[in-house]
Amino acid sequence: MGSLTREAAIVGIAESDCGIVPDKTPLELIAQATKRALDDAGLAKEDIDALFCAGLPSHSTMLLGEYLQIVPKVTDSTMCGGASFIMHVQHASAAIAAGICHTALICYASTSASDRKRRLPFGLFGDPRLPANQFQSPFGLFGTVGGYALAAQRHMYQYGTTSEQLAEIAVATRKWASMNPLAMMRDPITIEDVINSPIISSPLHLLDCCLVTDAGGAVIVTSPQRARDLRKPPVWVLGCGESHNQNSIISMPDLTCTPAKQSGETAFKMAGLTPKDIDVAELYDSFTITVLLELEDIGFCQKGEGGSFVAGQRTAPGGELALNTNGGGLSFTHSGMYGIFLLIEAVRQLRGECGERQVPGARVALCNGIGYMLSSSATVILGRD
Amino acid sequence: MPDYDKPLPYVHEETKPFWDGIKRHELWLQRCQDCGKFRFYPRSICPYCFSYNTEWTKVSGRAKLYSFTVSHRPASPAFQQDVPYNVVIVELEEGVRMMTNIVECRNEDLRIDMPVEVAFDDVTPEITLPKFRPRRSEASPPG
Repeated sequence: MGSLTREAAIVGIAESDCGIVPDKTPLELIAQATKRALDDAGLAKEDIDALFCAGLPSHSTMLLGEYLQIVPKVTDSTMCGGASFIMHVQHASAAIAAGICHTALICYASTSASDRKRRLPFGLFGDPRLPANQFQSPFGLFGTVGGYALAAQRHMYQYGTTSEQLAEIAVATRKWASMNPLAMMRDPITIEDVINSPIISSPLHLLDCCLVTDAGGAVIVTSPQRARDLRKPPVWVLGCGESHNQNSIISMPDLTCTPAKQSGETAFKMAGLTPKDIDVAELYDSFTITVLLELEDIGFCQKGEGGSFVAGQRTAPGGELALNTNGGGLSFTHSGMYGIFLLIEAVRQLRGECGERQVPGARVALCNGIGYMLSSSATVILGRD
Repeated sequence: MPDYDKPLPYVHEETKPFWDGIKRHELWLQRCQDCGKFRFYPRSICPYCFSYNTEWTKVSGRAKLYSFTVSHRPASPAFQQDVPYNVVIVELEEGVRMMTNIVECRNEDLRIDMPVEVAFDDVTPEITLPKFRPRRSEASPPG
């Protein structure tokens, strides 16, 4: 199999304004994050020759290219939910390695929180012939949380996982968030707080669910030659992988197994590393159960052992595994498709820019994105020199 | 019957035999005549072996509960009156799974792997939905 190890590097990262940003559109937030990411890298708009984006209302990269006036050589609106931007890193790395472009902009923004207040219509349904419209919608599954709740219930049944164990993840993530000045939720919470928060879709409580915010982000990927003499040290792509199992939850082959198994294996094999080599893990946390399933499928623990793995605040600051060090989608920000923020935090940790929450000596980081209804997964392993 | 305002399936050529069967209070599944596998949701090609050699087969409707959630938020305003309500996935004896609701059962009594059987809910004059209920007897399949 081909390899993309050290064929490209992330050299610029930035968030847009995050939190509640009612006065800006998603395109404005993307432009803001892009400008900041270019400044971070010491690059100019003219350097960008490839566009990667997902989640804009139509034709993501065409809309982006038009708004930013960028005519790309490589364009990719791959849309696999929140995992998309991790996939974009692989696609950008492959295109750079092939020499058909040299500098890629990967970006996203959404104003989910403000849109909800404005009661904009949701385009969830689309073509009535879609399988989910015929075989899922009539039964009233609530949002994405309903699907993740079905997975959590099944995991509890098969492996004895408890709500308290899931709550450990929310509590540990909040501790990390308390050290991130950008995080929306920074006050400490307890396992009891999570268990006593309202049930949304059993067995998941309010505090098992990610935030709904406005936020955007941008990541610049470039070739090894260009990466070496920019403003910040390069963060190398060491390995990557991607896959999907299904679209809607009704077709998920096994509710306890995600495609992170495949994307993780591919990425580790490419990088020549194992989970033991990972200093910082940034795992998509749409819900606490998402993290638990990723920990198992990526191989931080065995299948079924996620509950005992996260017990005793193992993933909190000072614990054995530095996990979701920015406070994650659970406590930092989540504007619908969170994947771009996994990359931004991993790069910051590897550069040593994380201040109070810096993981000392972090050299290798793993990002894993999970999209839609546990449908897609993408893994990238990043490292510094 | 009061106006039914929840989402309804849009019946088209590929799925019509399924929905027609449900309307007759029968559960019909596609079975590939080449690889022998049942499949759900209905589709014209077998997703396992790419054969078009398919037969619709009437099945027992016996199943077990694969997983469930009790939703405390409505999927849309039409579901508000039902909160909290269950949404489940059942696994049919033929090995395929489908999303549905369990009727004639308190939410507190739902258990994964409990035996269930199909029950038909005539929600409009045109459309019947396949729901499931706790299985009453091993011997006599419904319908």
